[in-house]
Amino acid sequence: MSLSGDPLVRLTGLEISVRDAQGQDKIIVRDISLEVQPGEVLALIGESGSGKTTIALSMLGYTRGACRISDGTVEVAGHRLDSLPEARLQGLRGRVVSYVAQSAAAAFNPMLPIMRQVIEPALVHGLMTREAAEDKARGLFRALALPRPDTVGDRYPHQVSGGQLQRLMAAMALITDPALVIFDEPTTALDVTTQIEVLKAFKAVVRDLGTTAVYVSHDLAVVAQIADRICVLRDGMVQEQGRVEEILFHPRQDYTRALVAAAAARVPAAPMPDLPRDAGDPPLIQMRDVVAGYGGVDAQGNPQVRILDGVSFAIERGKVLGVIGESGSGKSTLARVVAGLHAPASGRVNLDGYTLEGEIRHRDKEQLRRVQLVFQNADTALNPAVSVGEAIGRPLTFFHALRGADRKAEVARLLDLVRLPAALAGRLPGELSGGQKQRVNLARALAARPDLLLCDEVTSALDPVVAEAVLDLLIDLRRELGLAYMFITHDIGIVRAIADEVMVLYGGVPVELASHEALEGPLHHPYTRLLMASVPELRPGWLEAANSAFSCGSTPGAGHAAGCRFFQRCAVSHPGLCDVLDPAVHVGAGQTIACHRGFDGLQATPGIAQGAIPA
Amino acid sequence: MNTVPKSGVPYGAQAPKVRRRRMNVSLLLGGATIIFWLIVALVGPMVAPHAPGQVVDLDVFSPASSTLPLGSDYLGRDVLSRMLIASRFTVSIALLATLLAATVGVFCGLLAASSGWVDAIFSKLFDTLSAVPSLMFGLVVIGSLGASIPVLVGTLATVYSPGAFRTSRALARNIAVLDFVTVARARGETLPYIVLREILPNLVGPLAADFGLRFVFVTLLLSGLSFLGLGVQPPNADLGALVRENIAGLGFGAAAVLVPTFAIASLTIGMNMVIDAVSGGRRAGGRR
Amino acid sequence: MIAKRVGGALLTLFLLSLVVFAMSLLMGGDAAEAMLGQNATPEALAGLRAAMHLDQPSWQRYLGWLGGLLRGDLGVSLITKLPVSTLLAPRLLASLQLAGLTAAVSVPLALFLGILAAVRRGSLLDRVISMATIGVVSVPEFVIATLMVLIFAVRLHWLPALSSSRDFSSLHDVVRVFTMPVICLACVVMAQMIRMTRAAVCDALDSSYVEAARLKGVPPRRLVLGHALPNAIGPIVNAVALSLSVLLGGVIVIEVIFNYPGVARLMVDAVSTRDLPLIQTVAMIFSAAYLMLVTSADIVAILCNPRLRHR
Repeated sequence: MSLSGDPLVRLTGLEISVRDAQGQDKIIVRDISLEVQPGEVLALIGESGSGKTTIALSMLGYTRGACRISDGTVEVAGHRLDSLPEARLQGLRGRVVSYVAQSAAAAFNPMLPIMRQVIEPALVHGLMTREAAEDKARGLFRALALPRPDTVGDRYPHQVSGGQLQRLMAAMALITDPALVIFDEPTTALDVTTQIEVLKAFKAVVRDLGTTAVYVSHDLAVVAQIADRICVLRDGMVQEQGRVEEILFHPRQDYTRALVAAAAARVPAAPMPDLPRDAGDPPLIQMRDVVAGYGGVDAQGNPQVRILDGVSFAIERGKVLGVIGESGSGKSTLARVVAGLHAPASGRVNLDGYTLEGEIRHRDKEQLRRVQLVFQNADTALNPAVSVGEAIGRPLTFFHALRGADRKAEVARLLDLVRLPAALAGRLPGELSGGQKQRVNLARALAARPDLLLCDEVTSALDPVVAEAVLDLLIDLRRELGLAYMFITHDIGIVRAIADEVMVLYGGVPVELASHEALEGPLHHPYTRLLMASVPELRPGWLEAANSAFSCGSTPGAGHAAGCRFFQRCAVSHPGLCDVLDPAVHVGAGQTIACHRGFDGLQATPGIAQGAIPA
Repeated sequence: MNTVPKSGVPYGAQAPKVRRRRMNVSLLLGGATIIFWLIVALVGPMVAPHAPGQVVDLDVFSPASSTLPLGSDYLGRDVLSRMLIASRFTVSIALLATLLAATVGVFCGLLAASSGWVDAIFSKLFDTLSAVPSLMFGLVVIGSLGASIPVLVGTLATVYSPGAFRTSRALARNIAVLDFVTVARARGETLPYIVLREILPNLVGPLAADFGLRFVFVTLLLSGLSFLGLGVQPPNADLGALVRENIAGLGFGAAAVLVPTFAIASLTIGMNMVIDAVSGGRRAGGRR
Repeated sequence: MIAKRVGGALLTLFLLSLVVFAMSLLMGGDAAEAMLGQNATPEALAGLRAAMHLDQPSWQRYLGWLGGLLRGDLGVSLITKLPVSTLLAPRLLASLQLAGLTAAVSVPLALFLGILAAVRRGSLLDRVISMATIGVVSVPEFVIATLMVLIFAVRLHWLPALSSSRDFSSLHDVVRVFTMPVICLACVVMAQMIRMTRAAVCDALDSSYVEAARLKGVPPRRLVLGHALPNAIGPIVNAVALSLSVLLGGVIVIEVIFNYPGVARLMVDAVSTRDLPLIQTVAMIFSAAYLMLVTSADIVAILCNPRLRHR
């Protein structure tokens, strides 16, 4: 596959095994052979457990825990890393090969100022003086588009945002001009709008410095932007290698095809027909002007820290409301308010026209039964000490007084409903896979026979192919049972696939409420546009074309009381208006936005052509 | 203040095989020691050849012989018989006191983990209690109430309940924030159900290790009190008291003083080995 | 934040005074009767009770005692009739000498061994240290002390079995008096400290930031001293404080065995003679010392952590 010259990295027949508690060696990575040419970016892609990080770390001559390189060779820039002693490896790490970790927040030492850590590789390898290193670091901060490049180094890691830390870590990796940089899922933990900025910064630096890089990721769309070649891994083995276009458009292996299909934009599910109802019936659930938060209450009855600030919406029977927003937007609190886990400071939640009490202990059993909560992380959502059958059976006993054989039969029926074998009832959650756990989690919620499911990021912790299957199941269940969902996610693609209506939250305020049709239309709140424009597409070159005219900074607007929450990041704001007055609410066809510009004003703003959904 | 056991990835390369075997050996050895002492405590006094207070030898600190397998003590009594009765006192008092401390501590700990203001009150209360050095507490309470067995058990339990409280509170708080507890709350389950059925089953392992640790501390404090003459009173004796009364035999290595000394050590070391093996050797010491 | 810690400690101290007073009420008995003996006339007894405020309700006596404590008036010993402060001063000094010497020996040694064991985790050295600490933690301090007496005093005649001498005219005397009590106490204290230090450093070494530093090519020594240790300082200081508080309990047994003229010895005697003012004062001193240790450890941990410092 190499075109010319000597490769910078060459793995031949690499095998890595781990020694388990019984002292048995288990091979987790086998027979990996690949090359990286100088100046090339190779992506290692695969799901969790595919061995992608383990292989990437071997290029630093490093294995975690009880792992070791048991066969094959690792050659980087002429050094045989698999056979070098630790002392020699130490001289190469950080100088010839450097590493950018998945979570920079954990990889920066919380006790030391950032600058000291960024220049440390240059100092321990004796490459330059402290002053020269600091100068170079500030230059890299600038190249990585970090705000306040001259002073950011004086801060401690906890004082800097996640997206900035990730870029600071890249600066740390680049300070020694290494021959090879390993990026280990560097944007996975970030919000999409932050991810695009970090990706752009990485790409620019890699291009300008001609850096050779290995980029580890599970996200095909991200990889398509930054890599020249892709290596698809599964169960510690190479499935397929090739140029980005080959993998994306002409995948040869079935597994690669499934991966590409899962990453491609979903075809929206056929809309549900409206359930028969009288015109005068109230909606299933309705929220009116809810304010919720923490801390003491001020004179107006509002909490000091408002997580939700004036949220209203309604969900009809059998309909799906998608709630979308980034971390800190208050979307999880919204679900907690509906479920009665977080009492609102003001505002109302109605179920079938009757007002629900703020706290669980004041709600009656029937109200509790009708609203069920499904959590993101199935690992923590299931009690590890309670069997699957008991977990699903408890709501049956609690709400429907089912016991004995009846209960057992119903548990089996529910397991079948979520496409799991009935034999699983006797297992403990620890024995199940991630996808199975999430299905059990769903079955437990369905056991109550609810009218509304609150789904909080139910697919985000799963690998793409598994997440697809769970999403399909949710769509089927809705059809079979006539359920209504409140579907909370950060992934606008999922919302498009499943929701009848979408609410976009920013800083606890709903900035847009749009029907499924209106969401596909051209006119949106500036934040919705930014969000849509930030989702990477499965084609090379998207990143360069992606319009950043929607945003002018990644610092979320904190600490200003009045006006639009999105003001500081908005590219089309009216200073003097937007930062002073709360935005007016404009109602259009199937769509409501909270923006001073209104629909007409937004029509006139630049970049609107790209702001529409790119096909 | 509190050290909750944590599991972690070993640092750097090492040989887990050796480690594993060592853990199994210490589990077996420690477990066998504990079981041995439990059996001795259970049936010991029934098979004792002599009454504990009976003087059977004219010679004091006589060496082991066929009639007196462990020799005689400072009054010429049979050391074996006294050992058998002393083991029962030590093991049963320590077990009872640990059980009492654990019950009170875990109950209050779970209660504190589920309510804010209860937590504030209990935490302050137990903090205060644990600020009095344990031996001093025992000294004063037993000094004033007399060294009866209920007083001993009560004192030991009081001294070690704060530790059990702190451990169970910390563990329960970690679990109470997990999603499955939230799901149960959202379902409308009552507090007792949540605590007993959702939280408690996940605490059993760590609490068992904590129980073992506390048993060691109680045994040590009990022996210390007995050594100061505040433990089980003559003619009965626990292991610490045997050491105290026969301390004069130390100079010529009498079995009467050495055997109870090693008995205490084997009991506590055995328990420590079991805990260490079970919790993977990552346990840090607590407060004694 | 620091103010909050200090405030919390003061509140605990106040609660402690209640506990200590309650404990002394438990001692019950009638101090006046104990002082005058069986043959005292009822009038004399009543007079003495009034003089000692024993006829007042207990809450008044508590307030009087607390007030005295705050003014530095520790009361008068019932038995010796001497002011408690006079009795206490030389004993306190002696105990502090013993504790100070023990701390000076054990803290650096324990930290060194704990860090060494953590760095060489899984090695023979680590296992030896770990076994030794389990052994020492599992054995009562009086056993260690008696064994040492057996070996060094009885068999080898290197050191005296008792440390009651207060004659420090030469270095030789100091060594003879302190060696055995200090080694015994240090054993007990160090075992705890080593285990907790090792655990804290191991946790830090397992962290992502230490892994990241390794992958930067940071040499092992700098990895431990520059990256792991700053993060382990909080838990280590806590371990030191907790271990030194163990010293407060251990000192009682050791002082009794070696007949060392310290506070603890005084306390044991006071309990047997039911000398209430003395017991109350010593109990308060010990508890306050414990609180001071733990609170200062908390404060050091806060000062060392930029996340808590830069609020």
